[in-house]
Amino acid sequence: MPPSTLILGVGNDYCGDDAVGLTVARRVQARVTAPVAVREATGEGAALIDAWQGVENVYLIDAVYSGGEPGTIYRFEAQTTTLPGKFFHYSTHAFSVAEAIELARALGQLPPHLVVYGIEGRNFSAGVGLSPEIDNAAAEVLSRLLREVENHA
Amino acid sequence: MAERRIDVNYLARVEGEGALRVTLVDDQVTEVQLNIFEPPRFFEAFLRGRGYQEVVDIVSRICGICPVAYQMSAVHALEHALGVTPPPGVRALRRLLYLGEWIESHGLHVYMLHAPDFLGYESAISMAANPALRPLVERGLRTKKIGNQLMTVIGGREVHPVSVCVGGFYRGPRPGELQALIPELEWALEAAVETVRWAATLDYPAFTPDYEFVSLSHSDEYPFNEGRIVSSTGLDIPMEAYEQYFVEEQVAHSNALHSRRADTGANYLVGPLARLNLNFDRLSPRAQAVAREIGLRLPLKNPFMSLLARALELVHCFEEALQIVAGYVEPQPSRTLVPAGFPAGQGAHATEAPRGLLYHRYEVDEHGLIALAKIVPPTSQNLRRVELDLWEYVPGLLSLPLEAATLRCEQLVRSYDPCISCATHFLKLDLIRV
Repeated sequence: MPPSTLILGVGNDYCGDDAVGLTVARRVQARVTAPVAVREATGEGAALIDAWQGVENVYLIDAVYSGGEPGTIYRFEAQTTTLPGKFFHYSTHAFSVAEAIELARALGQLPPHLVVYGIEGRNFSAGVGLSPEIDNAAAEVLSRLLREVENHA
Repeated sequence: MAERRIDVNYLARVEGEGALRVTLVDDQVTEVQLNIFEPPRFFEAFLRGRGYQEVVDIVSRICGICPVAYQMSAVHALEHALGVTPPPGVRALRRLLYLGEWIESHGLHVYMLHAPDFLGYESAISMAANPALRPLVERGLRTKKIGNQLMTVIGGREVHPVSVCVGGFYRGPRPGELQALIPELEWALEAAVETVRWAATLDYPAFTPDYEFVSLSHSDEYPFNEGRIVSSTGLDIPMEAYEQYFVEEQVAHSNALHSRRADTGANYLVGPLARLNLNFDRLSPRAQAVAREIGLRLPLKNPFMSLLARALELVHCFEEALQIVAGYVEPQPSRTLVPAGFPAGQGAHATEAPRGLLYHRYEVDEHGLIALAKIVPPTSQNLRRVELDLWEYVPGLLSLPLEAATLRCEQLVRSYDPCISCATHFLKLDLIRV
């Protein structure tokens, strides 16, 4: 049986702020008390669509590179919002988060409830560690996410 | 003087970041530039001083689409340098892992990235909104997923697998884990045959440049990890002689190097068309049969028809994957340990990445640290060839409105399935008409 709630952290540990989705997922795993599944993903589209098959509530967290102020937090309800095409552009997969969500929508494979948290990154170059303002944003997303998940549960 | 310009500032449906600019003066092409603005990545430099066993996991990070290719070229080169022979069973398992990557990569390109060009859609997402095309997109997604599953079972995850090491594998999959994939592989083989039949009905632009095709070639296998480097003009060399026959050059407009033959100066083509033309009789039986059924004539010189070559290779991949899985015995041990006290050495090796020949050479010192790393990816070998294609192709597009001409140029570039991140050490199109 798939879990009813899935936290999906997306990113790359070795590309600076691109690790923020993974970081948030790990902190959720350590803190959450509601019965949820937490998974890490690279952002490869087919794997994402596969991961949320049969799941009711999905919370996806990923870094964003849209030219906004680093540390800015974005929240989308995928059922009601089309994701901006270039929003989750930072990927070496040619078919990544925004494409996966829009393809799943076209194919009728979106979960009933999919929330996407995006955190604007500053540094995506090779190396380990989050920029300070991204780390702060990760803490804010963590507390919002925990509240949201516990309330939903 | 009338100048016209085709500009594509950001190339879509390719991996990485690049642009294309074509300039015409009085309807003569005067300049073609593929601008690779993805920054240089310096992998060869930061491999220096690393332990030999770290290389496999570092080079995997060069690409999110073809990490296995980097691992395979590296691991074989390092095993040559260190004098290590992996245990029986590792060879077949490495082939199966590579098949998984070809399935992921070709599955993505054929259905999601390349098909929209021939069906008049912006993307696979807009294709999926048409009920008549939705089954094709679903087939692509399921195909890609099977590649992901193969990679996960053998490599621990669907991207950047972690099981490959110098000497073999840290752990081989249990037979049951692979056998569980047989029903999906059987479905995928039939689906891939259907895709070849569909690909044969597409309307390909007429364009057949005079390529020199270069690929690996093996006496009795479709080439992956072993063989000699051969070309359609008669070159036939051992892979360790690569650098005597092929050189890389800096060009001002690109963060990627360009390649040419060192001896003849010729630019050349690597990838699915080259492999198919040079190795057709070693494709799997079903792939050869469906090629004959659709009336395929070789050599296939039309770059747009690389979609057909990839589709045929997908048939091969599923047929061979089924064969390897059926005969799979878990390698015991899973690796040969590198003996202590090895002398300093060097090793070079080339394998067939989904996009073509991928060459690596390493020098390892007596402490096991990397003293030199050289990596030549397939996309950078093809870049000059893409520019030469555009020189030849654009004059035939002059009767078209600028928007249509630009789209045709983009389609031509996408036919190469360029992997820009790999090539940088690349894409966005400008068609300039003066």
